[in-house]
Amino acid sequence: MDENLILEAKNISKGFPGVQALDNVDFSLRRGEVHALIGENGAGKSTLIKILTGAHQPDSGEILLESKILTHLNPHTAMEAGISAIYQEFNLIPYLTVAENIYFGREFTKSAFVDMDKMNDSTSEIFSAIDVDINPRLQVSELSVAYKQLVEIGKAVSQNSRILIFDEPTAALTNKETENLFKLIKKLQSENVSIIYISHRLEELQEIADRITVYRDGKYIDTVNIEDTNRADLISLMVGRELGVDFPKPKPALDEVVLEVSGLKSGLLKDINFKLRKGEILGFGGLVGAGRTEVARALFGLDDVESSEIKIHGKRVDNKSPKAAIANGIGLIPEDRKDQGVLLNLSIRENISYTFINRISDWIFVNRRREKNLVDEFQSKLSIRCSSVEQRVSNLSGGNQQKVVLAKWLAGDCDVLIFDEPTRGIDVGAKQEIYQLIKELAEEGKGIIFISSEMPELIGMSERIIVMHEGSIEGELNAAEVNQEKILDLASGND
Amino acid sequence: MPKGFSLKKSIRKHGIFYVCIVVFIFFAVASDAFLTRNNLMNVMRQVSMLGITAVGMTCVILTSGIDLTVGSVLGLTGTVAAKLMVEAGFHPVAAVIFALLAACLFGALSAFLITSVRIPPLITTLGLMGTIRGIIYILCGGLPVYGFTKAFKVIGQGYVGIIPVPVIIMVLIFIIGHLFLNRSKYGRYIYGLGGNEEAARLSGVNIRGMKYLTYMFSSLCAGIAGIVMLSRLFSAQPTTGAGFEMNVITAVVLGGISIAGGEGKLSGVVAGVLIIGVLTNGMILLNIDSYWQMVVQGIVLLIAVGVDQLGKTLHSKSKNEA
Repeated sequence: MDENLILEAKNISKGFPGVQALDNVDFSLRRGEVHALIGENGAGKSTLIKILTGAHQPDSGEILLESKILTHLNPHTAMEAGISAIYQEFNLIPYLTVAENIYFGREFTKSAFVDMDKMNDSTSEIFSAIDVDINPRLQVSELSVAYKQLVEIGKAVSQNSRILIFDEPTAALTNKETENLFKLIKKLQSENVSIIYISHRLEELQEIADRITVYRDGKYIDTVNIEDTNRADLISLMVGRELGVDFPKPKPALDEVVLEVSGLKSGLLKDINFKLRKGEILGFGGLVGAGRTEVARALFGLDDVESSEIKIHGKRVDNKSPKAAIANGIGLIPEDRKDQGVLLNLSIRENISYTFINRISDWIFVNRRREKNLVDEFQSKLSIRCSSVEQRVSNLSGGNQQKVVLAKWLAGDCDVLIFDEPTRGIDVGAKQEIYQLIKELAEEGKGIIFISSEMPELIGMSERIIVMHEGSIEGELNAAEVNQEKILDLASGND
Repeated sequence: MPKGFSLKKSIRKHGIFYVCIVVFIFFAVASDAFLTRNNLMNVMRQVSMLGITAVGMTCVILTSGIDLTVGSVLGLTGTVAAKLMVEAGFHPVAAVIFALLAACLFGALSAFLITSVRIPPLITTLGLMGTIRGIIYILCGGLPVYGFTKAFKVIGQGYVGIIPVPVIIMVLIFIIGHLFLNRSKYGRYIYGLGGNEEAARLSGVNIRGMKYLTYMFSSLCAGIAGIVMLSRLFSAQPTTGAGFEMNVITAVVLGGISIAGGEGKLSGVVAGVLIIGVLTNGMILLNIDSYWQMVVQGIVLLIAVGVDQLGKTLHSKSKNEA
């Protein structure tokens, strides 16, 4: 047996009604390593994490921490054993300060009162030990995503966690922030903290991971050393077949301009001007916070703008609300699927018909037959995998949920579709299907605005890329001349 | 039995109907007077005002709102209609229409305060609940109003065949509510925005408009119940409908409508209303002390919702995403 193992999960099985989430899987973690766990959605990664952190009990199998069997693991005992997880959705209380969050439930007290000074001081100590600069007195709601994540890490460190689990930590970070996070992870690693790292971004594993374990459909597939593998191998392990991510290039755009934006100004945006042609995929690159989402929101009538002139097919329109924008032929697939895109309490059918329900209604009543036709058409067109369209969307995987959101928008026929990070947090297979779909939409003659922080897909998909920096358009690149360096250059403001 | 029928599943899905049946059987066995035609019609007539108001309340709660004004609006509608008939000499039909318009106006005011001033629904309707009750007292000077034409009795005391008119009105309102919530696009919008208001807005739903619609509908329902009540009592009392909002919310929640919005079916609310009606009637027949009646009603609510919640938690625990 490997002497250096800190954590070992053996023969873990866990079933839920209708699905065997984990089927006799193993996982082992060495002291001080970064061990990536990858797999498509539904592979069983989240279930394993929930078992390791005590949120779920396995049906069978055992978990050994330093060769001792852990029984009756629950969230509290997991924390005491030094296992912490940092999820994509943070467990922070927005209206408390950084220090209050870090010591939440374990406050220092002086007689009957909370000792704020001591909490602030020791929070500062924790942060300086990991080279992070955050004022412990700040309210968490004022922090950016990257800083919130650092607070979560600080919290784990303050609990003397020896095993840290990161679930898609870079999904919402800029490149710079990702770099900092990696530095921090390496520092923790050097202090003998062991790390389980879950990510859909295979590129970054080369940089951060020591070993990689692949799961597929609830089964253990393989564990490999990072030196002995490459991206293509990993993908084929994950999907069980060779699948090169290739970007389907659509036919070149037509000359006809479908959308023209001039003089768009708002709190963040400084004079945005651009044109979108029929059948064109126009990429928007830039760092998080550069204003790409704000452009989308302004076009869609979500935010107040100081001034703007928006023309669709040469006709001036006033998108003062999403309803007006939709009526004018603009659709927005928002970046935050759960909070803005999908209606989790409704069925697939109700989601798909939601936006364009007028088209299948007689007066105010929904025509069930027309609804069924519409829903069936898009369910099969997007190959949404489900037992029935009456299934609740909350029970679908991320990739399938995103397809439902897309179907919701395709059910109408918008002239302009804005995709804001359409593939965030979804698996390789579903990504590929979404790329193909966007391409088909462009070929049907729609104008596509494609906002993405993932360079390969931004470059692969777009015919033209507009790069934004701090609220302005910093430059425009054609498909022929574009590469990652050029985009990064513009995105960071160096012309 | 139909293919694939599972009692366990059915109980989980339609639990409240089973509770309703159990309560019904209990009183049928415990009291000889319960299972007579007259008494059953009586139960239905007693719950009619509760049922009518519950339809509107269901819509509001589905949007993740709440409407505490219904009791006061019920009282106000009665008082306004009574005043118009007795003092202004209005024809009953005209008086009823004006009174219902007044009710809708307060629904619109709730919606305005919630959407434009952004006061949370609980606070908005709490404030208006007191305000409207005060207006009732001012209008009638704290005294009952009476002396209507005989014909006005029809709404609250009349029969069509053997069926009391209020019951017919209640059934009609439930049918309208059903069509509205389950068949119309507005029903979809309501469920969507109750579950995720931001996603509904991004799907082009006019959120403000929908809230005006639901709060005005809720007030309208309460107003109709107020007219039925006025006709039954044949006098407008300033205290009419005080505390009624709590009974309505109880019936709706008992019916499985999630107070967080976006979940639950109007059919469940039918059961919720019936349970309250049967319980009240049955306990009176059994001569149970009225103080104890309150205790029992409270406990029934807690048990019904508690069992439902436990069922859901166990269900979702065993079904968490893989």
